[in-house]
Amino acid sequence: MRRGGRSPTFLFSCLCFGFAFLYVPILVMIAYSFNDSRLVSVWTGFSLRWYGALWENEQIIDAAGLSLRIAFVSATLATALGTLAALAITRMGRFRGRTLFSGMLAAPLVMPEVITGLSLLMLFVSLEGMVGWPSGRGADTITIAHITFSMAYVAVVVQARLTAMDRALEEAAMDLGCRPMGVTFDIILPLIAPAMLSGWLLAFTLSLDDLVIASFVSGPESSTLPMVIYSKVRLGITPDVNALAAVIVAIVGIGVAVAGWLMARMARAGRLD
Amino acid sequence: MTARLRRVRVSPGAKLGRKSPAQRKAAALRRPERLWRRTVAGVPYLWLLVFFLAPFAIVMRISFADPLIGQPPFTPLYDETQGIQLTADNYRFLTEDDLYWVSYLKSLRIAGVATLLCLLIGYPMAYGIARARTVWRNVLLLLVILPFWTSFLLRVYAWMGMLSGQGVVNKALLALGLVDQPVQILYTDLAVYLGIVYTYLPFMILPLYATLERLDDDLLDAAADLGGRPRQAFLDITLPLSVPGVVAGSMLVFIPALGEFVIPSLLGGLDTLMIGRTLYDEFFVNRDWPLASAVASVLVLILVVPIVIFQRFSQPDRETVR
Amino acid sequence: MTEAGGKASINPWVPSAGPRTAHHRSRSDNRPAARLSPFVPWEDPTAEPFIRIENLSKTFDGFAAVDGVSLDIFQGELFAILGGSGCGKSTLLRLLAGFETPTAGEVVIDGANMAGRPPYERPTNMMFQSYAVFPHYTVADNVAYGLRKEGLGKTEIKERVTELLELVQMQDFARRKPRQLSGGQQQRVALARALAKRPKVLLLDEPLAALDRNLRERTQFELMNIQDRLGITFIVVTHDQEEAMTLATRIAVMDAGRFVQIGTPTEIYEYPNSRFVADFFGAINLFEGRADAGDPGRIICAETGVPIHAEPTAGQALPDLLFVAVRPEKIRLSREAPAGEGVTVMHGTVEDLAYYGNHSVYRVRTDQGKLVQVSSQNAHRSAELALEWDEPIHLSWPRDCSVVLTQ
Repeated sequence: MRRGGRSPTFLFSCLCFGFAFLYVPILVMIAYSFNDSRLVSVWTGFSLRWYGALWENEQIIDAAGLSLRIAFVSATLATALGTLAALAITRMGRFRGRTLFSGMLAAPLVMPEVITGLSLLMLFVSLEGMVGWPSGRGADTITIAHITFSMAYVAVVVQARLTAMDRALEEAAMDLGCRPMGVTFDIILPLIAPAMLSGWLLAFTLSLDDLVIASFVSGPESSTLPMVIYSKVRLGITPDVNALAAVIVAIVGIGVAVAGWLMARMARAGRLD
Repeated sequence: MTARLRRVRVSPGAKLGRKSPAQRKAAALRRPERLWRRTVAGVPYLWLLVFFLAPFAIVMRISFADPLIGQPPFTPLYDETQGIQLTADNYRFLTEDDLYWVSYLKSLRIAGVATLLCLLIGYPMAYGIARARTVWRNVLLLLVILPFWTSFLLRVYAWMGMLSGQGVVNKALLALGLVDQPVQILYTDLAVYLGIVYTYLPFMILPLYATLERLDDDLLDAAADLGGRPRQAFLDITLPLSVPGVVAGSMLVFIPALGEFVIPSLLGGLDTLMIGRTLYDEFFVNRDWPLASAVASVLVLILVVPIVIFQRFSQPDRETVR
Repeated sequence: MTEAGGKASINPWVPSAGPRTAHHRSRSDNRPAARLSPFVPWEDPTAEPFIRIENLSKTFDGFAAVDGVSLDIFQGELFAILGGSGCGKSTLLRLLAGFETPTAGEVVIDGANMAGRPPYERPTNMMFQSYAVFPHYTVADNVAYGLRKEGLGKTEIKERVTELLELVQMQDFARRKPRQLSGGQQQRVALARALAKRPKVLLLDEPLAALDRNLRERTQFELMNIQDRLGITFIVVTHDQEEAMTLATRIAVMDAGRFVQIGTPTEIYEYPNSRFVADFFGAINLFEGRADAGDPGRIICAETGVPIHAEPTAGQALPDLLFVAVRPEKIRLSREAPAGEGVTVMHGTVEDLAYYGNHSVYRVRTDQGKLVQVSSQNAHRSAELALEWDEPIHLSWPRDCSVVLTQ
């Protein structure tokens, strides 16, 4: 829709206000990361000292490493499980317990993190009492927790692609002598690969971003990056966190730019080839 | 059972002169197929049963237990000497102590008001994006989504800097002469509203945009053709047809905001009692697991209604605008 | 195609010598016996059917999409299943392909019962309405897919793919991806792919529906040529009666999950067995009436005021209420009242006329108020009979053009 409706100036100012609201805080935060002063809100001069401090802060570097490892593993497994779940929902017809299954798959999307975190911790504690696993909590339990809630997001993304796919493609493969399992590998997986990739990226980001669930299910030895940041900022603003934020925004910015460029290139290659 | 039925049904073919080795081979090839089918549904199903459903059951169970000093810090549900032990003490305590009532009600109020604010800001934005030229539309959408990819925690933190006594907001207010001295915004309810609206605004804009973008131009042209002024056409056509987007967006903001923990704990004051924060404190500070479980169970009950509404309106096969 | 004569004659895309009509199909050279006599195995009581559909039913949630149909199809036939949307024709095709399991009944292809056989174990291949060309494979890989699944050797696959791409004239596109092809080209790929495994039966789901008018006509002839050359039995599902008539050796008209009539195109067009079939195949005039007890060749018709002459139906007891169907092109218009034995004559005025170039359509209101549609070929530049609006006119047709319908 392009025409009709309200006066363009009104909408234009709404958009300007809205985007200013979304971006000014981030820009201010980045600007202050270059502030020389320890007092975050008083500008005393340009400096990169907080970036240096960040680089030397082993706690933050370690936490970042742990977070990246957890995010990588959990995103990969969540993509596998979420894709299987999406396949089950869209391609396996009716099976016993399907309603429960789709309910369980959708619920983590809206479940408050405190509840997910609390209930998973209760599970881990109970399991440890019953079967001796997991002994204590740490990176493993965080990974399991992250897989559980991010596989729901992967499933949503992949499911959308699977629903939009022409079923005749799979039928054609079967008609030509391919068994259902072969159809999955020959036809379905190559065609949903882009959706799986976006699902993976989403799961990766969600895992990197999670504070609450990780706080519940982590052990004393394993603090993820959000947990370290939270413990620092709970007491007030600290300039090295600003520097960290600037670094993260820069990485995301570069990532989005590269992804956009790659996609544009792929789209062009697809047309010419 | 199914295997036997299938074999019986195949046999007439064999009688009609079909070679049976081929069929035996086919049957052998079907075995991995069945295994594959079971894996596809079974593995994620099992995972969710163990790591999603079972935890809920355990939380429910623990909410009926008594707190205990020890590991785990609650009484077992079943004791060999005393049999099944159930106590509703935790729930009774929830109704007796004001803290929980206040927390639940305040969470509902804050989440509700923040949802309305998101709608007020998000609707014109979504409408503006949907009406923008195609080239611009994708750029604007990307700008809406981009903050998603940066850390949620850091975006909340950004507001701590903005709202502090010497932050940008106060400086702006002073410079404009609206106030004589810095006002306390950080650590108040206002800061929590700002934080929620800020972080959840994209969740409102995206579903709204999705429904508005699908709206047929011809509908508005038809309305104009039949004598409807633009304002009237908006009220008669656009607004009613975007209701599914409004509901989906509102639920996407309201439900997670209700259980929000980070925003009230970083931006709110000591009296900003939101239930997520109360639960977190109950668990980590008071270490009262059974009571925290009871708080969680009640929260889940409260969430059932909005979740059902959300599911109704976000089913992809029910395209209301077409 | 002016190269070596031998090559040109193989090419199935060039219509072979002589005009072909759907009803007098000449078979290709590898079947000398069939070439001499018309291809009508269904008239031969000793002929063994190639595909036997017996009492086949498919019910979805209590709704019978296919409701107990039985049908014999012979080897080399190009059989069309025709019906409106939701009549069950696609379900029937999917039952044959194995995508649906029947609720009751069975399908036997070349002596083998298909019960319990999944699509990947059936001697059928299908050309899908959406073509379903695999978007991530090249044209050649698409065609090779079924052969690879069969476990054929590399060189054999390569040979076969080349052969098939030549057959559908897509040899220059072997390395292209489907998104670089037009709809018509994608359809050729789909056809080559479905033919690659040399199926006993090729199932075609609305093969021409997605093509524009010009391409449609060309493809229609190409399909017939390929079928004729390869001798594979084709089963085509379509909603387009014209398509069915030109393509098929026989047509089964389907409605509400059942066959209403099965026959050659001529039989179905000229001798429909019900009002439904008569109406489905082009325009038709229907008159309500009852048999004259004294004269079996006369139908007494209140609507027209005059009795309608029809071929006497010997030995058949006619019900009280029956219908006479007359095709518009069978009716003659004339200013003078025609006379003759067994000719039905009515008088009316031209209410409407439409010029279509090759023919014109007139709508004549009879004196009794019945609207009759008449079409006439414009064989000459200036029609011999330049009719005007509101002109009084006589309608007439001989008795053998009246089709008496009892249902």
